[in-house]
Amino acid sequence: MVEMVSKPYARAFEAFAAGNPDILCLSADLTSSCEIDGFRDRHPEQFLSLGMAEQNMMSFAGGLGLAGFRPFIHTFGVFMYRRPYDQLMASIAYPRRKVRLMGFLPGVTTPGGMTHQSIEDIAVMRSIPNMTILETGDATEVESICEAADSIDGPVWCRVLRGSVPRLFDTPIKVGEMRVLSEGEDVLVVTAGICTEEAMRARAAFAKAGLSIRHLHLHTIKPFDHAALLDHVGSVKHGVVTLENHVTEGGIGSLVAETMADAGVGKRLVRLGLKDTYAHGGSRAYLMRYYGLDALALVNGIEDLMDEDFGITENDLATARVDDVHSIVKAEAL
Amino acid sequence: MKNEKTTEEVALGIRRRVFEHAIRNNGGYLSQACSAAEQLAWLYNEELKLGDPTLPMIPKPFAGVPSPTNPDYHTGAGYNGPAAPEFDRLFIAPAHYALVAYATLIEVGRMAPEGLEMFNKDGSSVEMIGAEHSPGMEVHNGTLGIGFSTAAGLAWGRKKRGEPGRTWVYMSDGEVQEGQTWEAIQAAAYHKIDNLYAIMDVNRQQCDGAMGSVMDVGDIKAKIEQFGGVAVWVDAHKLDEIRAAVKTPHRNKPLIILANSSPYRGMPTLMERFPRLHYVRFKSEAERARYNTEIAKSLKVDPVDYAGAH
Repeated sequence: MVEMVSKPYARAFEAFAAGNPDILCLSADLTSSCEIDGFRDRHPEQFLSLGMAEQNMMSFAGGLGLAGFRPFIHTFGVFMYRRPYDQLMASIAYPRRKVRLMGFLPGVTTPGGMTHQSIEDIAVMRSIPNMTILETGDATEVESICEAADSIDGPVWCRVLRGSVPRLFDTPIKVGEMRVLSEGEDVLVVTAGICTEEAMRARAAFAKAGLSIRHLHLHTIKPFDHAALLDHVGSVKHGVVTLENHVTEGGIGSLVAETMADAGVGKRLVRLGLKDTYAHGGSRAYLMRYYGLDALALVNGIEDLMDEDFGITENDLATARVDDVHSIVKAEAL
Repeated sequence: MKNEKTTEEVALGIRRRVFEHAIRNNGGYLSQACSAAEQLAWLYNEELKLGDPTLPMIPKPFAGVPSPTNPDYHTGAGYNGPAAPEFDRLFIAPAHYALVAYATLIEVGRMAPEGLEMFNKDGSSVEMIGAEHSPGMEVHNGTLGIGFSTAAGLAWGRKKRGEPGRTWVYMSDGEVQEGQTWEAIQAAAYHKIDNLYAIMDVNRQQCDGAMGSVMDVGDIKAKIEQFGGVAVWVDAHKLDEIRAAVKTPHRNKPLIILANSSPYRGMPTLMERFPRLHYVRFKSEAERARYNTEIAKSLKVDPVDYAGAH
């Protein structure tokens, strides 16, 4: 059974930021929800409460960047780009301020429904010049996200997991690289974020069924090592399946499609994720099943690619982890 | 830098330069020169503590946008001198005032007159809507309402670092229609950012016409004070009132000087276009010629010889 780590961000941020006067912790009324309440209490001189006023917060952070600070903005991802998109562009992205945008609740990791679920943020961020995009998929990546983000000479968008997070990896994020989780020769599977854990379950089932999967996990979405991806695409016989906690337009599925098309690769690609739809409120496990983001959806996608039924059922997949929506490690049920 | 002109002379010079430019180019932001001339003249000629310019008097061409592959990129802030701790900083929040701001730089000897010839020319850094690489600019403000927030962040940071220099914003009253302006004032008050100053050109004009016909903003002073700032009204064309206003106590709060201005001050011919003054474009050659003659007379200069101009 996978190790579950409680609130890795809370410890990691404090360990990274405390005592560095150039790093500031900004919050927009979601301080405990973003696990920085302890930091606020112990390091008030590095903490700035900016209230529910995200437009001001983004430009204010740009001003802090101009003054030589490196602000880490903490709020739910949706609140950092939907309403204050203009400020994100003009005050942060264009002038390459060293603002670290720590976006919590990526995709369907919240029962908060449409208003809380950032399902198109990667598409938006990929189209912003000067933006770097990182996504965490396990506790080790959450623990290393601050250092990785702060190594970038410019703004960084981070999809951060909170609460109880599984530990899948034992090495920190190395910006610009990708993780090769298995080196199979039949099908290439590319995942990021919470979908990687799902793919690891499906992979085991396919191994038993005799299909060998090459599995890549992306923590760095922009900049991207296209040549490395093409090597992996070239190493499999049949094609590629992507699975993401995001709409299939503009996310990693599109990234893989663009890379393959640019290079003239003729292999098939199946893109799994939210299919031109909003989600609604519900538990993560329910939403991942309902919208086709889980291990079973990946099984179906690979079967579609192979045009073959491997007879894999839900029982063959490792028991899915079910989160209690009202877990004690979250400040509120969101 | 040593003052070589009185502030009144600088203000008149700003109006004259913008007038000449608008006549030559068959239109321009004339009204902004009328309302803003004394405010910008006062800032640059008296109030701001600025070092000598660090960029060439004749602006360099556009040299690319910020990117990891453009290591030599710099903003236009060098026309205001170096960003040293002791010096003040200024953002022109309504970047549409760029023409007036450039004219000010010339009048106070921070840019060569040739700079204005490059205005809105392809490949030039002297852009129509001031960009952050344009002379005198440090951040993009063409999207209205973001200037005061950015200045608040910079001012907070400078205070935290113990820098004595102030952060100033030149604002427009149209911007108070944007909710961000109020978010910024409440944040500046909450965080006690009192090294933050603004002077707002209250000319009651916006793109569609008179503000009252577009979206009434009510009592700006009362609203600023309710949101935690200190505001003081002045006549935008009476320098002694502006000089006194900046001395208003504002401990732990930002100070915003509300400059009650006339959008045709110094160019009474513009009154006939009221309230469509945001951008003055001549409807005919005859109108252009009449404006040339009449405004030249108001500004006590010869009419512009614009034969050969477009």
